[in-house]
Amino acid sequence: MPEATGEPSETSGATIRLEGLTKRYPGTPTPAVENVSMEIRAGETVIFVGPSGCGKSTTLKMINRLIEPTSGRIRINGEDVTDIDPVRLRRQVGYAIQSSGLFPHMTVAQNIALVPKMVGWSKAQVASRVEEMLDLVGLEAREFAGRYPRQLSGGQQQRVGVARALAADPPVLLMDEPFGAVDPITRDHLQDELIRLQHELRKTIVFVTHDFDEAIKLGDRIAVLRERSHIAQFDSPEAILTNPADEFVSGFVGAGAALKRLNLTRVRDVGVVDFPTASVEEPLQRIFDLLGPNGTNELLLLDRHRRPYKWLRRGDLSRARESLARAGSPVTHHVSRDATLRDALEAVLTDSGGRVAVTGRRGEYTGVVDMKTLMNSVHELLEEDRMEAVEHQHDLAEERERQAQAAQEGLS
Amino acid sequence: MSFWEYLGNRHQQLLTDGFQHASAVFQCMVLATLIGVLLAVATYRSEWAGNLATTTTATILTVPSLALLGLLIPVVGLGVAPTVIALTLYGLLPIVRNAIVGLRGVDPTLVDAANGIGMSRLTRLVRVELPLAWPPILTGIRVSTQMLMGIAAIAAYASGPGLGNLIFRGIASLGSANALNQVLAGTLGIVILALLFDAAYILIGRLTIPRGIRA
Repeated sequence: MPEATGEPSETSGATIRLEGLTKRYPGTPTPAVENVSMEIRAGETVIFVGPSGCGKSTTLKMINRLIEPTSGRIRINGEDVTDIDPVRLRRQVGYAIQSSGLFPHMTVAQNIALVPKMVGWSKAQVASRVEEMLDLVGLEAREFAGRYPRQLSGGQQQRVGVARALAADPPVLLMDEPFGAVDPITRDHLQDELIRLQHELRKTIVFVTHDFDEAIKLGDRIAVLRERSHIAQFDSPEAILTNPADEFVSGFVGAGAALKRLNLTRVRDVGVVDFPTASVEEPLQRIFDLLGPNGTNELLLLDRHRRPYKWLRRGDLSRARESLARAGSPVTHHVSRDATLRDALEAVLTDSGGRVAVTGRRGEYTGVVDMKTLMNSVHELLEEDRMEAVEHQHDLAEERERQAQAAQEGLS
Repeated sequence: MSFWEYLGNRHQQLLTDGFQHASAVFQCMVLATLIGVLLAVATYRSEWAGNLATTTTATILTVPSLALLGLLIPVVGLGVAPTVIALTLYGLLPIVRNAIVGLRGVDPTLVDAANGIGMSRLTRLVRVELPLAWPPILTGIRVSTQMLMGIAAIAAYASGPGLGNLIFRGIASLGSANALNQVLAGTLGIVILALLFDAAYILIGRLTIPRGIRA
């Protein structure tokens, strides 16, 4: 049971251990899910990804026993929950589904309050928790608490769905294609939001999707599943991208693994280069000198708050009759330090000069990324991934060998 | 005696009959609703049980009301008992059918969500399924009430209460001075009662259907 206090617990999530989980429906020759074993660490986000009908959803629903496994065990934090009262189990496991699953006859607040009420929180605790949860998912409590689900947009409904799933502070959160029914832009926002949430809460999240890009973006580890929920590969996104275990996985990863890899690295993780800069507040003469024959060909003009303002080339100033307001080309693209390398590449490709200004939290200039830096960092990244993957495989092989040996010794 | 003079002379009696008529229909509706919803709750999950419940109640409705009363009188005697039993049985079909349709019509993802967040079966039924099925159930209750208003008039045959007595007395004494007035008063009374009940149901709908699912 989650502790019945109004405070979110400090503990991160719980471990989940699936042991030989199998689901066989009567009257079908092959099981829907066959012998799935995996260990999910406390506080990590694991994504089940695979083609439709591969049993990923069934596997997820066996964790909270919405679908009763035919055989196998489920352990949460070491406790065997395979035979406990399913209602008790589900109250400590949050559950969010596609198209939110909000009850249309209840207000947003009533929906979120459901689980805390069921586990016996006091009225005051529930009320403050509802407000807290709405705040957590970025909805104004005063505005939204009294609304009915149909008065919300799809994205807002999904946020409330997540808030409801987390309301009683469960250590584990199961998400079954939660963002499958919203438009791409909203989905992107919701994904970012989930990343931020998870950063704060550190729950154990199991997330089902058929969208591999979503898996890469959200997952600490990804389990690529094939038919009957057989695990084709269970590893970090980096490892899966650079070193897919077999053809099925590489087929699923799809073309452009290197491009997808760019999504996993942020601009702040690669070197930004310095660029000659000048401030609009500096005397014109100094700017002239900087762009003079002994200076640089181009400089970045910053505004009063040190934000990128204009790219200024040698000669621009004289052509514009020495008016800073008219000279040079305004900075149209800039990326934050938290942007992915993919965003940076996009900006670099669109920019006529092949470079983009990088800005800090308040939009202030921190450096420049250009094609060359990007290429170099991507090569380094891929090389590193490859080395890691090889090492990892080596470890795995050793482990297998050790197990085989142990088994043999046990036999003899 | 004109119809208006008749009404003026007999209004006391008319009001009593009208009240008894309304009261009989209302009480039988409460009974039929309870039994009907229970039947639906017990059967909606299974294809054949649900169909059996609907078919059985539909069959009851095809028995002519006079015949049903005639069959009941030897078993339970005259008066209130056969009236209540007959009216309740007749009232079942619309309620059972609408409740089953309503309960089966609840979006499966909502049932999944209810289970997933840890609702027990009873909680799910009371907090999610019945509230969502309530609008069609209420429609069933409305239809049932309209029907019972008319059928209740026949109850006078079994010496039951209500406006039916007027109608029967009128028919029995056709040709006498007040015969037509009696039949007319009884019939109009029933129509007015039916309209009043219908208005009441609209009000009940407004009050009990949550804004989130109101059409």
